Amino acid sequence: MTQYAFYFLAFVSILCALMVVFSKNPIHSVLYLVLTFFSIAGQYLLLNAQFLAVVHIVVYSGAIMVLFLFVLMLLNLNTEAEPQKSTWLKFAAVISGGLLLITFVASLKGSENMALVQKNPEIGLTANLGKILFNEFALPFEISSILLLSAMVGAVMLSQKEKEAKQ
Amino acid sequence: METPVLIFKCVLVVALFIVSLLVAMYSTYAERKVAAFLQDRLGPNRAGVFGLLQPLADGVKMFMKEEIIPNVSNKTLFILGPCLAMITALMAGVLIPWGGNLEIAGHVFALQITDLNIGILYIFGVTSLGVYGIMIGGWASNNKYSLFGAIRASAQMVSYEIAMGLAIIALIMTTGTMSLSEIAHQQGSGYANIVYQPLGFLIFLICVFAELNRAPFDMPESESELVGGYHTEYSSMKLGFYLFAEYINMFISSAVLVTFYLGGYNFPFQAELNSMLGLSTNAATLLGTGVFFLKIFFFIFFFMWVRWTLPRFRYDQLMKLGWQSLIPISILNVLITGLVMWFTGKIN
Repeated sequence: MTQYAFYFLAFVSILCALMVVFSKNPIHSVLYLVLTFFSIAGQYLLLNAQFLAVVHIVVYSGAIMVLFLFVLMLLNLNTEAEPQKSTWLKFAAVISGGLLLITFVASLKGSENMALVQKNPEIGLTANLGKILFNEFALPFEISSILLLSAMVGAVMLSQKEKEAKQ
Repeated sequence: METPVLIFKCVLVVALFIVSLLVAMYSTYAERKVAAFLQDRLGPNRAGVFGLLQPLADGVKMFMKEEIIPNVSNKTLFILGPCLAMITALMAGVLIPWGGNLEIAGHVFALQITDLNIGILYIFGVTSLGVYGIMIGGWASNNKYSLFGAIRASAQMVSYEIAMGLAIIALIMTTGTMSLSEIAHQQGSGYANIVYQPLGFLIFLICVFAELNRAPFDMPESESELVGGYHTEYSSMKLGFYLFAEYINMFISSAVLVTFYLGGYNFPFQAELNSMLGLSTNAATLLGTGVFFLKIFFFIFFFMWVRWTLPRFRYDQLMKLGWQSLIPISILNVLITGLVMWFTGKIN
């Protein structure tokens, strides 16, 4: 049952990810990306990582993708107005993307023999995850929060500067 | 899952679906009656006694109207918009504990479709998805006013979700659980959560108004400036779906609000009353469910009351309230909650 669910979700996520790239309409791309996120959240659920699954949906599908849609709607892109990149640029993009793929695949080499052992299958539950994050990994957790905060302050600063320049 | 449980859950799902639609139907009638009362009019009184058949007549009208899909619109997304609005509206209801336990033929059933231990997060996720129906519909209409409505809706809902989430964090801190049935159950033996979280309740209530796009936060459809906002181009039952989704959302949000802060299906002195009247478990459960619905109806009335009393906010006022007042206050609320829990020895 779990295996079939995995194959179904994997199929959906890969199909939607491909549709993100191949859709002509950027709004369709964003909606396919939302579907991709949903199928990945399903994979998290199969791994018993409930907290991660729901937060994934809340943060990515519920907030970030809404902002993506927001920006795309304001831009009002369509096929006529879309700037056409030169052939050389497309060629270079394909090559660098392929190189990235090779790097990813190479990093997975040798992992097929690695046994996937979960020390604690209950680790994905909210209470356990919270305890571990705030006890064992308190320092990295706080540092990453400072990283997010600095990004937020930076965004506010940037928008503030633009306002001053206008005046 | 055993067969009796499965059958009971299926019955409960269908019942919840029907009740949601019924409540939404009669909310439209109640809205018009409340508006009429507040404006010293009579309201609908032609169809049936007191106009009670008015929602039925409205429904028939909606179905009979000609359906227009604009030529310049994106057809798939134009149809997808109202469907998504309806689906996300109905999704949150599954987690709400509608009552205590029922005993049928030796089996004990909880009056709740499913109980997740990430229940609060699930509800939060579903509300954050609610904006897609509006955004997709507004954009696919290919109309300036619809687009404006969609953009306003998305900005507003993303902004108010933050304050809502922070209010919920303070609630999770005091209750120590994310399961809705557990939260409702806890309030049966102690005080309702509003006693511990008065500020959180207020923030949550304001954010619910904003998430529902109800007046005074109905910027996305403000009919005096945007014609009809995101549903300007919609007609027939598609428009009906959008309006219906809003009323279902109102019903479910009231239920969530009551479960979180006002005791859910519990009421004061319930243990004393039940033992005094000598009620069986089933009768006590049904009494609790009745009280739960009364609380929900009060909040639905409250939403209408506010709508017909307060004028609409200006857009900059709305954003200012969300970002500069509610978010700092809710962070303060989390801090105060933490400090109080620290000093009373609830956490160590």
